[in-house]
Amino acid sequence: MKSQEKKQNTITTESYFQTVFRRFRKHRLAMVSLIILAILGVAAILAPVIAPYDPNAIVGPFSGAPSAEFWLGTDQIGRDVLSRLLYAMRVSLLVGVMATLISTVIGVIFGLFAGYFGGVMDMVIMRFTDMVMSFPYILLVLVAASIFKPGMWNIILILGFVDWPGIARLVRGNVLSLRETNFIKGNIVAGMPLRHILFSEILPNTVAPILVYATSVLALSMLDEAALSFLGMGVQPPTASLGNMLNGAQSLTVLTSQPWLWIPPGLLIVVLVIAINFVGDALRDALDPNSEQK
Amino acid sequence: MSDTPLIQVENMKKYYPIKGGIITHTTGYVKSVDGVSFSIRKGETLGLVGESGCGKSTIGRQLVGLENPTEGTIYYKGRNLAEMKKEEMKQIRTNLQMVFQDPYSSLNPRKHIYEILAQPMLFHKISTKATVEKDIEKILDMVGLPKSVLGRYPHEFSGGQRQRIGIAKALSLNPEFIVCDEPVSALDVSIQAQILNLLRSLQKELDLTLLFVGHGLGAVNYVSDRIAVMYLGKIVEIGEAKEIFNNPIHPYTKALLNAVPVPDPEERELEKRILQGEIGSSTNPPSGCRFHPRCPFATKECSEKEPEMLEVTGAGKEHFVACPYSMDK
Repeated sequence: MKSQEKKQNTITTESYFQTVFRRFRKHRLAMVSLIILAILGVAAILAPVIAPYDPNAIVGPFSGAPSAEFWLGTDQIGRDVLSRLLYAMRVSLLVGVMATLISTVIGVIFGLFAGYFGGVMDMVIMRFTDMVMSFPYILLVLVAASIFKPGMWNIILILGFVDWPGIARLVRGNVLSLRETNFIKGNIVAGMPLRHILFSEILPNTVAPILVYATSVLALSMLDEAALSFLGMGVQPPTASLGNMLNGAQSLTVLTSQPWLWIPPGLLIVVLVIAINFVGDALRDALDPNSEQK
Repeated sequence: MSDTPLIQVENMKKYYPIKGGIITHTTGYVKSVDGVSFSIRKGETLGLVGESGCGKSTIGRQLVGLENPTEGTIYYKGRNLAEMKKEEMKQIRTNLQMVFQDPYSSLNPRKHIYEILAQPMLFHKISTKATVEKDIEKILDMVGLPKSVLGRYPHEFSGGQRQRIGIAKALSLNPEFIVCDEPVSALDVSIQAQILNLLRSLQKELDLTLLFVGHGLGAVNYVSDRIAVMYLGKIVEIGEAKEIFNNPIHPYTKALLNAVPVPDPEERELEKRILQGEIGSSTNPPSGCRFHPRCPFATKECSEKEPEMLEVTGAGKEHFVACPYSMDK
């Protein structure tokens, strides 16, 4: 009897994530993107295992064309491009994910407080946000690079501290409207503590837009990392990143006669960014609680 | 009846500042509630009626602590709410609950009903993890819902069912006093009756004290022991529900009663006075009696002197009216 009741319950109470995943699956493009991302992600994580050579060791001829021995050729000083690419992806994904995490946490906290408390706190936080938003981050990176040693963790921190204003604004806007809803008032009347109201009532209702926005931040921060590294301000050689692999493409000879040096990293950036954006789009639809229920 | 009323409100005022100008400053106030006094005895239902925008919901919100009055005091069991310490307030909080007007926005769409009901109960230690499910089932039973609703999300319910859940949420904290802020005005007529019946039976069963805010005299009369009529931030007439219905004194109360649709076409012809004009501005309320611009009996004095609440003579039924002229008739 009891197990029967439980069974009945589970039929009607598909968990939130199950619902989201079921709706997510309907987006073919997003599913394909997710699979590609998963494969690339696993490849990046397993880079030390699957890379044929040490990415920083000189193992072949200078600027060797792709061959059976070196699938994607070798670079100007004879390092294996495929191995470097795998490690570069690892670095780029790490930079993107970490920067996104940092900026999301900062943005969510600022947005929650600005939106919920309003008044002076809102004023101060939002003006600070505007200030950060209007600051040219390349300059910030240059300054930071001149003060600290340029490197991966610096890039992560800088991108993380530069990308949060969008999220803060998004969260603030959501909180402003949520704060006035009856269910929040009901919780205030029920005497629930502030942390419950902020993190258990309001936050779950803004997770969907935050996630969607975070995917675009992820894509953007990977692009930013590539751009900075391309300029030589980002991840420093010999560590490979997708951006500083493209660095070689600054010379005309490489561009015209050695495409194996810049097409793979360039293509990988494009694929990663597009896949992340597709996943973000599908998430937006899947997370909407008011969309169809079947 | 006991001597100290459960809720006593003295001279409550709530002004909302209007900001404007090039350099933001306060240019005026919306006088939503402007000097209101009343009391609610334990176990009684006070109905609060009035037009939209007359401040009746504002009173409700202040009684449950969502807002603080600009001026005036609220006594709960004879104790001033504003002077209470945080710790005391925390305990008293659960005694004062609210049922909201719009059942569609009063439940968190991301949580299933079990979470919505269980979390406050667990937080206030009204129930323990081991017993919470049984306690919730009991409450659901009181509001007429099966326990199978627990695993479902708010969007899976109709308006009437959601309002039942909203009532269950208010009841779950064992309150003494519940503000019902137009709980039926967002519902179908057929559902309205069910919810009103439910509220009435719950009130008797649990010996609850209710403040029932509404704009339809019919619904308010059905659940209320006493009725207070509000106009533009002030109470113009207060008394027992029967008395208000049978012997309305204030011209505004009469107009409200006349506005109740009557199903009998014969009766419809009788003495029908529909109010002219709009409710006045609460930023800059009319001088004297606030009702005088719309009152069919207004004299020159009405626009000069603000009327006081006077007891209807000879009745002995605690029937007060803020209109000295109508009383003489």
